[in-house]
Amino acid sequence: MRRLLSRMWWLLSKPATHLSLGFLTLGGFIMGVIFWGGFNTALELTNTEEFCTGCHEMRDNVFVELQSTVHYSNASGVRATCPDCHVPHAWSSKIARKMAASKEVYGKIFGTISTREKFEAKRLDLAQHEWARFEANDSLECRNCHSSESMDVTLQSKRASEAHERFLLTGEKTCISCHKGIAHELPDMSGAQEDHAQNSAVLQSYLKELEN
Amino acid sequence: MKTILISAFVVVTATAAFSENQVATLRGKAPLAETYTAPTFPKVDNSDVRQVRNYPEQPPVIPHKIDGYQIDTKFNKCLDCHSRTAIEVSQAPMVSITHFMDRDSQFLASVSPRRYFCTQCHVPQAEGQPLLENTFVDVDQVLDYIKSNEGGGQ
Repeated sequence: MRRLLSRMWWLLSKPATHLSLGFLTLGGFIMGVIFWGGFNTALELTNTEEFCTGCHEMRDNVFVELQSTVHYSNASGVRATCPDCHVPHAWSSKIARKMAASKEVYGKIFGTISTREKFEAKRLDLAQHEWARFEANDSLECRNCHSSESMDVTLQSKRASEAHERFLLTGEKTCISCHKGIAHELPDMSGAQEDHAQNSAVLQSYLKELEN
Repeated sequence: MKTILISAFVVVTATAAFSENQVATLRGKAPLAETYTAPTFPKVDNSDVRQVRNYPEQPPVIPHKIDGYQIDTKFNKCLDCHSRTAIEVSQAPMVSITHFMDRDSQFLASVSPRRYFCTQCHVPQAEGQPLLENTFVDVDQVLDYIKSNEGGGQ
């Protein structure tokens, strides 16, 4: 093994004797283009809705929920796909997110959310990660389409314009601070919402009582 | 036999006469075999201006859109603005304290489960045309009417 490695190093460090400099530089350039293009094509392939909904975890849970929301079906017919909101568009941030997503591959292999029950149990945790990411990048993925500069608050409803003037334009809050659960159902928020009928355990036992 | 025929005739004419006075249903006057073009969805009032209650115990109507609001055991979107602790930020009217009361009239720390599902009673308003004219009279008008009648009688 050691001999093989040292032989490889000797081969690599030796100047090329039979190949021309032109061949090496041009060949390197062309191979570079092919590798780089191939890498980016493969990367873009993992950045499509077809890829995301290729697994039942996404197709049967979050994708179904998206379909009834305004980000999937609306008057203008412009819609958001999974990566529009969940993957940064700038290349370096995208690579960082893709590297972080290797944990999702682990989750897929070991079936972390392979059933509806497992998904529901883990849902708050997953959602909080995504909210934290949006809070940290000032809701960048929202702003890729909804920029506050182009937002004419005078055309909005009274309620919306007041809230945006008070919180968005002053920079006090970011999109996700208020607009949680707009594209997917919210997880059990009994821990996060104070007036949540004490806690949902009470509510659920009450509903069970009603059924009997 | 004759009586049966006569009574059948009476029933048929009566139903025909009655059906003329009936109001048009949502289907309109389209025959059963034909496909009826449904009217477009009426616009929902989004003015955010609170409306008068028609009677003291009427659940206040919602003067804004609630499309896509999640109200289930996991989360209640309405309480995001209308809960006791949220109104300082949202400046929305707080959920009435009667909603904190359980059926034994005991006040709980937060909204009672039986009053938790807002849209069971509170609804947004659409600019639709009513199928029937509403003859509802406000209690103040009833009292005025009684007063004026009493005054007339004396």
